[in-house]
Amino acid sequence: MSIEVTEPRVEVPAVVIDGGGGRAGRAVGSALLALVVGITLTFLALPIVALFAEVPLSSVPDLLSDPAVIKALEVTARTNLVANILILAFGTPLAYVLATRRFRGRALVVTLVELPLVLPPAVAGIGLLAAFGAQGLFGDDLKNAGLFLPFSELAVILAVTFVASPFYIRQAITAFESVDPTLTAAARTLGAGPTRTFWRISMPLAAAGLVAGWVLAFARGVGEFGATIVFAGNVQGKTQTLTLAVYEQLDANFDVALAIGILLVVLSAGVLLSYKMIVSWRDSTSPSSARFGPSSSTST
Amino acid sequence: MGPSGAGKTTVLRAIAGLRKPDRGRIALGDRVWFDSAARIDLAPEQRSVGLVFQEYALFPHLSVRANVAFGGTARVDDLLERFHIAPLAQTKPGTLSGGERQRVALARALARDPAVLLLDEPLSALDAHTRGVVRDELQDLLRELALPTLLVTHDFGDAAALADRIGVVIAGRLRQVGTARELIDHPADVFVVSLTGGNLLTGNARPRAGGGSEIVLDAGDVVQSAARASGRVAVAVYPWEIVLRPGDVPPDATNEIVAPVASLTPEGGRVRVRLGPLTAECSTEDVERLGLHRGDPVTACFSPAAARLVALDGELPDLADVSAGS
Repeated sequence: MSIEVTEPRVEVPAVVIDGGGGRAGRAVGSALLALVVGITLTFLALPIVALFAEVPLSSVPDLLSDPAVIKALEVTARTNLVANILILAFGTPLAYVLATRRFRGRALVVTLVELPLVLPPAVAGIGLLAAFGAQGLFGDDLKNAGLFLPFSELAVILAVTFVASPFYIRQAITAFESVDPTLTAAARTLGAGPTRTFWRISMPLAAAGLVAGWVLAFARGVGEFGATIVFAGNVQGKTQTLTLAVYEQLDANFDVALAIGILLVVLSAGVLLSYKMIVSWRDSTSPSSARFGPSSSTST
Repeated sequence: MGPSGAGKTTVLRAIAGLRKPDRGRIALGDRVWFDSAARIDLAPEQRSVGLVFQEYALFPHLSVRANVAFGGTARVDDLLERFHIAPLAQTKPGTLSGGERQRVALARALARDPAVLLLDEPLSALDAHTRGVVRDELQDLLRELALPTLLVTHDFGDAAALADRIGVVIAGRLRQVGTARELIDHPADVFVVSLTGGNLLTGNARPRAGGGSEIVLDAGDVVQSAARASGRVAVAVYPWEIVLRPGDVPPDATNEIVAPVASLTPEGGRVRVRLGPLTAECSTEDVERLGLHRGDPVTACFSPAAARLVALDGELPDLADVSAGS
């Protein structure tokens, strides 16, 4: 028996659901978003672009050969070289200890090490004065040792080391923490003492992270201004770094200031590029124990 | 041998010097490595162990050769040859298969010429096919080395194949030490039975005049055991000691439990038959001969000698983590 099904005929009034209004709303939203993005990008890019636009690029080399600039370059190079050596030499063992040992008060120590990160640079300078200045905590001891820190290159070194070290130490802690402790345990059972284990296992495996951290510390150190000017002063040829030179040349020779700015932008861009390249290399050579080969996953 | 979390790996690490026990003494022969009373605690590098970690812990930034040579350079070439990894000498561990990585880990542990070999679940990380091959290789290796070896596993089959003596560790306690045969014949408690793959039937025992005991199972059946006991017991009977007969058969001298077949699972060329409270094991020919299907009633028969008795405190504890098999 066949069954016939017929659709009932219903008169439906034509009701149009408003798609026009929604579409217009979405268009306004997109336009607004584009505007905000455009403004932000322009704002961020403008100072950099202006730097390159305000002074003819061909004259930059001449401007940079101004004696003040040369002296600032030398001071920056010398102080940062020593500072970075100090950061690596002292920061690495500290980071290793903090990464591999758990002890009461560890969180406090880590916070202390990170403090210069958030400290206003001028405050860092004042702090350094309070510790090492003539009337400071160690003022008398330093005087007896024949050292007068303010307005000396040593002061610049101290200032740069103080503000830049947390950048390295923080990254170094993470880098050492990422080394599988089973690997260091294996090294110990194979006869390697703690020192040999550090140099042959921990260091190579943490290397990429350490370098990434150092690159950031280096950039921070070169760019230091506030702590340097407060603690070490602004003495050409002795404590005037490139950033301090920019400050002085604002009044003296604006074009020179611009030229130094360009130099530092190029340096910063190089640092950023290096950092990104190192990080992507680190992630590709990650020492985490991944599963390889056709073996199945382990039981717990 | 023991279930995951029993503390087996902790024991190995303590022997290697990577974990410090609260109390106790660790000595190899007359060399004392740890003594809490005498305040002796040698660092790992001062002991003489070859520890092969469960995940192998190969150094990812060093080649196979450099890995093996890390413990000592004297025997590197011999070891590379012995473990058939010489062709891989210059590769990094990242591209190796599980079996290859294990061989490298073994070679590396032996390069130091250790006084004792510690193997942490050496077969767990391998797929089923590789496991069998590697187990045989390990058997040969251990016999050849003649080195004191502690091997940790959660699989009774592996333990039985590789060990001279087996120590059963459960929840941090050593429950029994013996050969595989001894563990099966005279299990110390229900955990050992479960770990070695035995069935457990709870009941109350009463000694019989002519020897042995009669046990009234909680489920109702009565079984005879060759062992003498009284009070609350668990009857332990192993799957391969159970003979299956179809349908209802008049009782005779052996113990019988009737139940419908719950499942038939092929395993390693045999068939595991689950019926009621028991799991039996028989050949595929037997299954065909008996015409076994799910739901059919079948009689499981076992002798009084196969009905081992283990003392029980009240009810069976939770054995979920302890049952045999990987």
